[in-house]
Amino acid sequence: MIELQNLNKAYHTRQGQRTVLNGVNLTVEKGEKVGILGRNGAGKSTLIRLISGAELPTSGRLRRGMSVSWPLAFGGAFQGSLTGLDNLRFICRVYGSDAKAAEPFVEEFSELGYYLREPVKTYSAGMRARLAFALSMAIEFDCFLIDEIIAVGDSRFHAKCHDELFGKRGDRALIIVSHDAGYIREYCDRAAVLVKGNLHSFTDVDEAFAFYQGSEN
Amino acid sequence: MREILTRYGRHNVGFLWIFFEPMMFTLGVTGLWTALKATHGSTLPITAFAVSGYSSVLLWRNCASRCALAILPNQTLLYHRNVRVMDIFLSRVLLEISGATISLLFLTVVFTTVGLMAPPDNIALIVLGWIYMALFGVGLGFTIGALTERSEMTERIWHTAAYLLFPLSGAVFMVDWLPASAQKIILFIPMVHGVEMIRSGYFGALVKPHYDVGYMVLCDSTILLIGLWLVKDASQRVEPE
Repeated sequence: MIELQNLNKAYHTRQGQRTVLNGVNLTVEKGEKVGILGRNGAGKSTLIRLISGAELPTSGRLRRGMSVSWPLAFGGAFQGSLTGLDNLRFICRVYGSDAKAAEPFVEEFSELGYYLREPVKTYSAGMRARLAFALSMAIEFDCFLIDEIIAVGDSRFHAKCHDELFGKRGDRALIIVSHDAGYIREYCDRAAVLVKGNLHSFTDVDEAFAFYQGSEN
Repeated sequence: MREILTRYGRHNVGFLWIFFEPMMFTLGVTGLWTALKATHGSTLPITAFAVSGYSSVLLWRNCASRCALAILPNQTLLYHRNVRVMDIFLSRVLLEISGATISLLFLTVVFTTVGLMAPPDNIALIVLGWIYMALFGVGLGFTIGALTERSEMTERIWHTAAYLLFPLSGAVFMVDWLPASAQKIILFIPMVHGVEMIRSGYFGALVKPHYDVGYMVLCDSTILLIGLWLVKDASQRVEPE
């Protein structure tokens, strides 16, 4: 399980300290699917990066009791001048899994074909997202962190992702951050709303949805 | 942790460049000095003098230069929690050290075989001096690398500093040739001790080396501590894209 206790994050900016997250508490059990709603700039991506461990909190405690993926987002996570395949090898090595075994799956799933042997910096955003998704599926995590990524790609790829993530890996935990309430409503067991750095948790997605609507005005 | 980030060479045709580059430098300088008969007023064999001097310069200078602004191109990799700022610096430093070491070994062996250089007098002493210089390079690399993360100005200042330090670092002279008053001052520069040690290993009784092991240990540990502390500080402030 993942446990966040009183997590704070502040950034140094040109205009001094700016608190982005303010005393966030959250617990995610194995297999739970949690959605986090928030408007642009509410701190969603920061929160998910803290959970993944890519960034360290300014204060507070964070316990990670299962293997957690890196934040699957539009960009990032790849070394641009390496090819897709080299990135695959590198990432597999970093997470201690077998790159050779993952290669066929990634090749098949990402549908990048020819481009898998080209540098990642020549990829389009959609291609990057496909590679990122394929890679994270190739490494077996207990919990996937998703930063609005599934929204990319055509509908067929969409369906494939859905099948992999909710079908074959239906038992895994999932944390999705999004500003799209409909999406979260569809996939998550419960939801939380992030407003101005404060996280409001709800056991019921509809309640969260109502709160989110209210906070928008 | 996972310093196996040995990928810097893969996308280039050959990882041979790792040691080919420092080798070319050393060869160029050796050639130039030989042509100019720039023995700097001494009777020491010029080839060995140049190889030992310039190789050591490359060791600390490249470590630092490669670490400067090293985070930026690798920033996206920090998305993975197993990749730390430290790993980026460590991988670059290790690569530079191995490159410089291979270059030194290769040149020494070739020149000795061809007869341009007498075999070194005391290999253990050379190795010691080299390790000292390598550790110094690691510390310097960490320091410069972390500082460039704070401000890009450091990189520009470092360029100038490295340029000025080169003639002062002991690569082009032996401390013994200097007047006594200058010796005192020059021996404050940490690199000088390493070069002196390496040279003393090469030439044996031909030279009268000036180095102070206590000061060397002190310098290495100081710069390493500073470097580690700065890297730690840098990893707190770096944000993955």
